[in-house]
Amino acid sequence: MSYTGWILLTASLVGLTCGIVGTFLILRRMAMMADAISHSVLLGIVVAYLITRQLSGGHMLIGSIAAGLLTALLVQFLHSRGVAHDASIGVVFTTLFAAGVILIATQVGNAHLDVKHALMGEITFVPWNTVDVPWIGAVPQATLLLFIVLLIVLTVILALYKEWKITSFDPALAASLGLPVALMHYLFMTLVSVTTVASFDAVGAIMVVAMLITPAAAAYLWTERLSVMLLLSCAFGVLAAVAGYYIAVLLDTSISGSMAFAAGLVFIVSFLVSPTSGVLARRFRAPAIAEEQGR
Amino acid sequence: MIAGLSPNTQWVLFSTLILGMAAGLIGCLAYWKRQSLMSDALSHAALPGVVIAFALLGFKSIPGMIAGAAVSALLGFLFIQWIQSSSKIKEDTAMGIILSIFFGLGMMLLSIVNRTAGGGQSGLDSFIFGQAASMTGKDVRTMSALALAVIAAVAIGFKEWKLFLFDSDFARGLGLSGKLMNGIYMTLLILVIVIGIQAVGVILMSALLIIPPVSARYWTQSFKRMLILSALFGGGAGAAGTWISTLGKGWPTGPFIVVVSSSLFLISLVFGFQKGWLAKWRHVQAHKRQAAEPLRQNARKEESAV
Repeated sequence: MSYTGWILLTASLVGLTCGIVGTFLILRRMAMMADAISHSVLLGIVVAYLITRQLSGGHMLIGSIAAGLLTALLVQFLHSRGVAHDASIGVVFTTLFAAGVILIATQVGNAHLDVKHALMGEITFVPWNTVDVPWIGAVPQATLLLFIVLLIVLTVILALYKEWKITSFDPALAASLGLPVALMHYLFMTLVSVTTVASFDAVGAIMVVAMLITPAAAAYLWTERLSVMLLLSCAFGVLAAVAGYYIAVLLDTSISGSMAFAAGLVFIVSFLVSPTSGVLARRFRAPAIAEEQGR
Repeated sequence: MIAGLSPNTQWVLFSTLILGMAAGLIGCLAYWKRQSLMSDALSHAALPGVVIAFALLGFKSIPGMIAGAAVSALLGFLFIQWIQSSSKIKEDTAMGIILSIFFGLGMMLLSIVNRTAGGGQSGLDSFIFGQAASMTGKDVRTMSALALAVIAAVAIGFKEWKLFLFDSDFARGLGLSGKLMNGIYMTLLILVIVIGIQAVGVILMSALLIIPPVSARYWTQSFKRMLILSALFGGGAGAAGTWISTLGKGWPTGPFIVVVSSSLFLISLVFGFQKGWLAKWRHVQAHKRQAAEPLRQNARKEESAV
């Protein structure tokens, strides 16, 4: 496949994976938790690198899962000790992120891992770093990792689709039905961490937040059905990723920044023109309803 | 001040001390308004404003950048309000959207500006993580003056803030406009964020606002003491973190300030008089002893009867 082809495929995989995970993030009202995990994953990656001295997919995955779960556990712990939920998120992720940055600045240097790369990603380097896959040939490492993560996310979500639906919309009912709500919470946090680290090479830790939250929020404005929202969110994610790439090429600027910006454009359009909850639709409908009621 | 440090470093230390105190005070207000993460969203949202101000002026001017950051943070705040008030999207999702879009836009602009002439040397990158060492004497004086103004605003209006936060109905009854107080609070919050981002960077600025109040809460129940403690924790973390970051070459300031601040938080979590672990543990022990006392007396009575 061509160079641009690989980049577009990688970006689309990010859009798909983030679209699925993001939908549940929003329904579970945990958008800022994604922000927290995407920051603290940096610490997991740095520690994994310091221990093994290599930047391979497997080590990074384990490090990031550990960091993501640590974040979720610490937030839960502080919250149970009487700290407000948002304040405990703020305390935990800034601390872990600061520790990660300090380790990079003092221990790792700029040799293999630098902070800017970790934050912004460098999708233009993705096609150069390939591994050989039987029957297919040379595939970029980051793309392969993203593909595997997408399969994992799809399997976990589809296998427990009904359970996810109930725990997201009505945790109390789920608990009374005997579903392991807490276990599913941590399983979901694991999915968020894995998604973050797989997207890390392509769009960087901070832009993952944009890809996780924004397309899903845009999809939320168009529909009330979970299945439709999932499909729309994936479609918006891919659209934002591809459009972002071309905007970046056009303006010769940061690719991950442009992807976040493109996701923003998708959201703004949805926010304005969505037939059910768009601002324009409401404005036009409001007088009509008032008239009807007046009669 | 501290011997062996250059005058410039001493000034920088002084300014981060004042900045930490101002952030600790405003953080307390944000804590009680339950808006801790709003500061995170707003500090990210300030980035495009900083870059646009630099691009328009063509050189690094602190007042210009503060103005740019303030405008863009304010826009971010208004967008968050608008999204959550006119759709079914909740506040935290709205914050996540605005935070990431504004930051993405900032990164786009930053790489365009860095590509054009002279942008590379502008030190704009230091706005992401903060580089207190790169501040000049003039920057330091502007920053300190603004931070002092913020501290004064909280100290002078102490009684009004207390009413506004804890009994807004009563405040309205006394003729204190909630809208006005909200406006002042927002202005102060944005001001602290924009003067802080040069020292600690947009990503970690929120830590300065969030961690000191949470730590202070473990020591006291009084709002006044919480404000004072939070200012002390913030100022101490600011100065100590900056000092540590001068020990290594090219070490970023922001992360060290945050780590010092988190250490103070851990100490508070364990030793805090009011809600710390030790205090709670002793409380529980005392309760147990009290609860056991009647039983023991009964036992003694029975013994003497026998």
